[in-house]
Amino acid sequence: MNALLTLWAQWFPELWKGFVLSLQVTAISLLLGIALGLLLALGVGARGKAIRYPALIIVELGRGAPALILLQYFYFGLPSVNLTLTSFWAAVLALAYCTAAYTSEIIRGGIEAVARGQHEAADVIGLNRVDALRYVILPQALRVALPSLLGFSIMMFQASSLCFTIALPEIVSRASAIGSSTFQYMPVLVLAGLMYAAVCAPASLGVAALERRLAPGVQPAC
Amino acid sequence: MNDILMMLLAGVPWTVGVTVCAFAVGVVLGFPLCALRMSQVPSLRVLGAALVLTLRSIPPIVWLFFIFFGIGGGYVTLSPFVAAVVGLGLITAAQMAEVYRGAFAAIPDGQYEAAHVLNLSAPQRFFDVVLPQLVRISIPTAATYAIGLLKDSAVASTLGVADISFQAYQVSQQTFQGLGVYSAAALVYLVLSVPVALASRWLSSTLQRRISL
Repeated sequence: MNALLTLWAQWFPELWKGFVLSLQVTAISLLLGIALGLLLALGVGARGKAIRYPALIIVELGRGAPALILLQYFYFGLPSVNLTLTSFWAAVLALAYCTAAYTSEIIRGGIEAVARGQHEAADVIGLNRVDALRYVILPQALRVALPSLLGFSIMMFQASSLCFTIALPEIVSRASAIGSSTFQYMPVLVLAGLMYAAVCAPASLGVAALERRLAPGVQPAC
Repeated sequence: MNDILMMLLAGVPWTVGVTVCAFAVGVVLGFPLCALRMSQVPSLRVLGAALVLTLRSIPPIVWLFFIFFGIGGGYVTLSPFVAAVVGLGLITAAQMAEVYRGAFAAIPDGQYEAAHVLNLSAPQRFFDVVLPQLVRISIPTAATYAIGLLKDSAVASTLGVADISFQAYQVSQQTFQGLGVYSAAALVYLVLSVPVALASRWLSSTLQRRISL
């Protein structure tokens, strides 16, 4: 046990750097992705076909392709049209696209959950469509979508481990490098797994608790 | 372009194989895990919840490496395919346990009460009353998960399983046509997921008619 802790203490600073990088990639791609996801949700819900169909195609491609393929598309694919990205930006863009595609559906579900009367009421009190969205519909829709969005964010943090395949020095890359140089795969992978679990397990429990609190029927009076 | 597509298609059996085997492992192991999770004994319940949470909180790639390099490297020799199936199968089991748990809650109490009143034995109650309804309720969620698994199975390529992603990487390195290769690979995955979605819709509507509720 002591030998194991000594090894872990020795490897931890190295893995920590990877952990910080994983968090950065996840955070930036979530910020970009959710903003884009909101636009796509509005696009898919748009009345005009010229907006609706392209938005649908973007969403379905993003949801249909594995995240791994998206990452490699941005990292190994784009250089063939002379657009070379660093592994960091390839990771951010690929994961942001993936986030946008998935969260647009979550947000659309939230928008559809807003009662019809809210749209009509916003119309009646003379709000234009942008203001109705901004002040009436979206605050309620995002509240409904919040637990799913947070749950998805946890998945994205885990998905950032796929950046190993495009040589981004995140947790798994560093753990794998330590493993191949020391042949101590088991302990280093356990440490890497624990670092993910330390974030994801409490976060999942928190999201589940939030979901129960926001569940319809037990909403606080407002 | 034709050569590229043929090479990608050579990966399809591996992708389908990993997905189907891992899903089968998950569907079966999900039952004991769900039983543990819903046990009357508090310590078993906590154990079940902890297992599910642990399996879901660590990324698939870490599980796969752990099984392939950690366990496979020292104690027993595992092929990349087996390691991928075991790793993804365990994660699927955790997901399926949650799906079953939700489905159990969705079966109306009257069904249990009626089964009791009819004096059915415990196996009859489970296999003839609960299980058919459980399966029908679980299908849509399980199918959504299966489509997700088809895409997640791409991580098996990191162990060297010659699936679609693995082929895409090889071909793109050989031809320097990464953009076309990866677009084609994405389309192959998309096309593969369509039959799963259709099958789920068909199965669920057929069962709906046959198992009334």
